[in-house]
Amino acid sequence: MSDKKKELKPNTYKFDTLSLHAGYQPHKNAGSRQVPIYQTTSYLFDDVDHAAALFNLERGGHIYSRISNPTVGVLEERVASLEGGTAALATSSGMSAIFLTVMTLCEAGDHLVVSSQLYGGTVNLFRLTLPKFGIKCTFVKPRDTEGFKKAIQKNTKGIFGELVGNPGNEIMNMPEIAKIAHDAGIPLMVDATYQTPYLCKPFEHGADIVIHSLTKWMAGHGSSMAGILVEGGKFDWMQNDKFPTMTKPYEGYHGLSFAEEFGPTAFTMKARAEGMRDFGPCLSPQNAWNVLQGIETLSVRMKKHCSNAEEMVKYLSKHESVAWVSHPSVPDHPDHELAKKLLPNGRGSMIAFGIKGGKDAGVAFINNVKLASHLANVGDTRTLVIHPASGTHSQMDEATLKFAGLSHDMIRLSVGIEDIDDIKNDFEIGFRAARKPRLVSNQ
Amino acid sequence: MKFKVNNDEVFASTGGRPFDKKKPLIIFVHGSGLTHMTWVLQTRYFAFHGYNALAVDLPGHGLSSGESLKSIEEMADWVNNVIEAVGHKEASLVGHSQGCLVTVECTSRYPDKIKTLSLMGGAGAIPMNPELLSLAENNDPKAVDLMMDWAHGPAGHFGGHPVPGLYHINTGTMLAKSRTIQNTLGVDFRACDNYKNGFEAAKKIKCPTLSILATDDKMCPVKEGKKLASLIDGSQVDIIDNCGHMMLLEEADRVLTVLKKFITTNYPPISS
Repeated sequence: MSDKKKELKPNTYKFDTLSLHAGYQPHKNAGSRQVPIYQTTSYLFDDVDHAAALFNLERGGHIYSRISNPTVGVLEERVASLEGGTAALATSSGMSAIFLTVMTLCEAGDHLVVSSQLYGGTVNLFRLTLPKFGIKCTFVKPRDTEGFKKAIQKNTKGIFGELVGNPGNEIMNMPEIAKIAHDAGIPLMVDATYQTPYLCKPFEHGADIVIHSLTKWMAGHGSSMAGILVEGGKFDWMQNDKFPTMTKPYEGYHGLSFAEEFGPTAFTMKARAEGMRDFGPCLSPQNAWNVLQGIETLSVRMKKHCSNAEEMVKYLSKHESVAWVSHPSVPDHPDHELAKKLLPNGRGSMIAFGIKGGKDAGVAFINNVKLASHLANVGDTRTLVIHPASGTHSQMDEATLKFAGLSHDMIRLSVGIEDIDDIKNDFEIGFRAARKPRLVSNQ
Repeated sequence: MKFKVNNDEVFASTGGRPFDKKKPLIIFVHGSGLTHMTWVLQTRYFAFHGYNALAVDLPGHGLSSGESLKSIEEMADWVNNVIEAVGHKEASLVGHSQGCLVTVECTSRYPDKIKTLSLMGGAGAIPMNPELLSLAENNDPKAVDLMMDWAHGPAGHFGGHPVPGLYHINTGTMLAKSRTIQNTLGVDFRACDNYKNGFEAAKKIKCPTLSILATDDKMCPVKEGKKLASLIDGSQVDIIDNCGHMMLLEEADRVLTVLKKFITTNYPPISS
């Protein structure tokens, strides 16, 4: 018998277990092993006192599915647990999660510092739509860490960016930019859709709010739209007077101060109590359930996504039809070392590459691949391709395209989990078609 | 609200209602290393139903200034000072875990002032695991992780927070790490470990007392809670199944229902 003293270790559940179980207790749901789909708009009150207590945030529970729903609640807790966050709020899409985050944080007259390398829809939200609400933004290139500091104004309420920019794969130096934000007394908000918490937990690197389009890798199946905002719980809203809507009495709830009352969950509580009440971008319970099915296999899928992506990087890098390849696993990628630090479990499955022959070759490639799907999504289990300049970012003018780091020869590839040989064979068909017009024109 | 006790600024949540000296006072005292936030699913109800609900941050914790108090006896006197500082002559006390030691000691010291006592996850003594104590005193975040593990029952480890979207293990972790661990958790654990007067103090308590215990509480097991309750004349005991030490979050509704009935019966609110 060993007399060696056993070291104490916390036995809280780990990532893969949380992916399957967090947020749900079967014994409180008729013993149902699977999360039930609560397909209902509203919930019975026990009595008038119970109803008043729920409306007044005196007790937890559900009132109306625009505000909260038990199935959606399981998803919210599950993602919060995986991210290491205190709380989460699911929305109807990733875009609505970004909008709700900004509207919870800002008022008319406020300003945000925003990474220039974003999904085209997000660029338009910050560039064109938010100014209509009196919220202005300054765009900074994601690698220009010092630029984020310089862009902060007196009325700046936060910094926003995609951890790995869409579609050029530039990586924000999250720890340094978080420090810049915190030195200025403002939060860092990070869209980590490309990474999922399996590849990176932004709260461990200084982020304060994490946003996901759950439609992508988190769900994986490409069947359902969903988004989520997750709160880290560390940001002190009371450290300065920049966030009166978080710290001062709020008329909408009998003078409630969200920061005083809810501390590390204050942002989520406000986003739900005010944002979901007033804007209403709620997630349907069916879609929440669909996303939960995907999250159950998140780590298994992400490993395969990443290994396939690294195989494709090798294949593309040697290919005669490819001018350049951008992926953080490539040693000469400018953010290769940063990626090793921030993405230790894999560098993700988004690849950008330039096809020789420019736009015409790109169009021919896209039109001729058979297995890869040409569509406006990423993070499906299936391999997806698009030509950003004519697709996702087509609403941008030439100057904006250039500022966003996009070129006309760029193909965006979201590597799926099919057999790697089948993906390569399909690409050969595309490349042959892409070379054909050039061969003809050279004769 | 903020006020001063012993020249240090004290923060106490009032449950979202302005403090009103005419209303009866309930003081909520949190557990080791935690803050007033742990009471959010109890205080707001009382604040909106005829009481002054005051969930205090102990000195050096949460939003209160000063240094953490080093003994349960000092904390008990401090709670008495809070009653006086907010202009009241009496109060009802509610404690969780270490807060139970504090409120038991306070009630025994100031029997004329304390009108009811509610104990959640309480015991007459809370001896600390030496390794856990050492980790906390050495500012090791593992102390918080271990506390969160042991403080939640098997069901609570899965989540299922009564407030949609909140994941309570991570929320508790964040509260316990909001100030320097050795100055909050480390000092509190040592105070718990040193306190030996719980059973004697309990024998002196004559006010109506409620103990809420949980079957899966590893930190203050049911048998320890029952032992304490057996020493208090007429003490009521309520036991929650499938629940751990963090009952005020894990089974917030059940706790509120029991607490509401006990306090409103024994220390009625003023009618609005």
